[in-house]
Amino acid sequence: MSAGAVKTGSRTTRLLGFAVLVGVLALILLGFFGAPEDDEQRDAVRMIFVHVPSAFLTYTALVITAVGSAMWLWKRSRWWDIVAHSAAEIGVIFCGLTLFTGSIWGRPTWNTYWDWGDVRLVTTLILFLMLVGCLALRSAGGDEDAVATRAAVVGLLAAVNVPIINRSVEWWSNRTLHQKSSLTDGNLEDLTLFTLVVGIVVWALFFVWAMIHRFRIGWLERQLRAIDLETALVQRRAEASTESAGETSQ
Amino acid sequence: MFADIWLVINKDIRIEWRSRVTLSQVVPFALTVLVLFGFALDANREVLAAATSGLFWLTVLFVAVVAVQRSTAIETADGARRALLLAGIEPSSVFVGKALAVAAQILGVEVLMVGGVLVFYDATVESLPLLLATCAVATLAIAASGTLLGALAAGVRARETVLPILLLPVLAPVLIAASRAFDDALGVVAVDGWAWLGLLAGFGAVNALLGALAYGPLLEET
Repeated sequence: MSAGAVKTGSRTTRLLGFAVLVGVLALILLGFFGAPEDDEQRDAVRMIFVHVPSAFLTYTALVITAVGSAMWLWKRSRWWDIVAHSAAEIGVIFCGLTLFTGSIWGRPTWNTYWDWGDVRLVTTLILFLMLVGCLALRSAGGDEDAVATRAAVVGLLAAVNVPIINRSVEWWSNRTLHQKSSLTDGNLEDLTLFTLVVGIVVWALFFVWAMIHRFRIGWLERQLRAIDLETALVQRRAEASTESAGETSQ
Repeated sequence: MFADIWLVINKDIRIEWRSRVTLSQVVPFALTVLVLFGFALDANREVLAAATSGLFWLTVLFVAVVAVQRSTAIETADGARRALLLAGIEPSSVFVGKALAVAAQILGVEVLMVGGVLVFYDATVESLPLLLATCAVATLAIAASGTLLGALAAGVRARETVLPILLLPVLAPVLIAASRAFDDALGVVAVDGWAWLGLLAGFGAVNALLGALAYGPLLEET
């Protein structure tokens, strides 16, 4: 394999990447100059163009991780394991972004960075911690199949427990400040709603773009390990044959 | 199946009884944490009384991490895991047996800890049935997810540090629900403790089921 020949990009991903770039530019223009200020939240309302899509994609990533994990445990297919790994990694980024944007939005709106009474915020934080644990487990290394199985169990455990965590936090706080779903409560201005939908589409495209690249990296990593193993085997065999040739010539 | 489960419980408890690790290390650890909370909250009686349930269950979570690590370590040492696999016992029975053995040990520590909070934090018991039921259900739930994640962390090189970051976030609902149920049982806050107990039972059932299913692949591969 010649150095630098292997890339994770293709014609499709380049087109997708270009679309994301254009989309982000359009979102910036719409978000900052198109969408009007909110009567109550003023400029802070613009945060939803990042916050809502990242929250949506965090939970999408969790579902993909869970499906990939279940499929690995069922079919033992490496393809699904790499899907689960990629989704968990990208999910952590979106989850972090959700928490970050939620906090800085909360400061001007609720007058606090963190509200314990908010069910979705607290649930998302615990999900973030579980995803970080899942990735820590993968990075701890070990036998490839064993790592995949362990990470798959943690991925499933996280997905199964999220509804229970959500319910427990909901009962516990019982006083949620979080506004109702921005998409369905009908209070958004037309242009704001349109910008939000653009935001969801743009970030979803970015998600797909990142997933494809991350998946290909995972696949290449795996091939590299296999090549390393083969090279090592060939070298050991070569050593063994020269040694035995030396013994016969003596 | 029940005979196998009983065998595993018996084995773990016997090892525990002979080594006395729970009694000589985990119990003092739990009491130390309770005392340190007293220092941290400046021995303020009112704050301590209000926080008793939460502090109690937070301590139980720490105890659980230690107990699960111990329960896993006895399988990792001397390749006991392989022997357990070769013994021909169903992995789900091993899971249930080990989880019940861990639960029994944590329950033992909890009994002493209840004594601790009655003395140190001036707590009073309003509803003994709710207190006992909460301890039983929450401990089973903790032991189920702990045993699963313990087996999972067993094969990892950095298992001592991996287990807490995996286990503690998963146990967040147990901490919330058990603390609220205790609030009711200790008469600190008027909430419906029995409803919280239902949530604990749900969490326990889901995680025990997942554990029983996933334990086999984990035992074989790690």
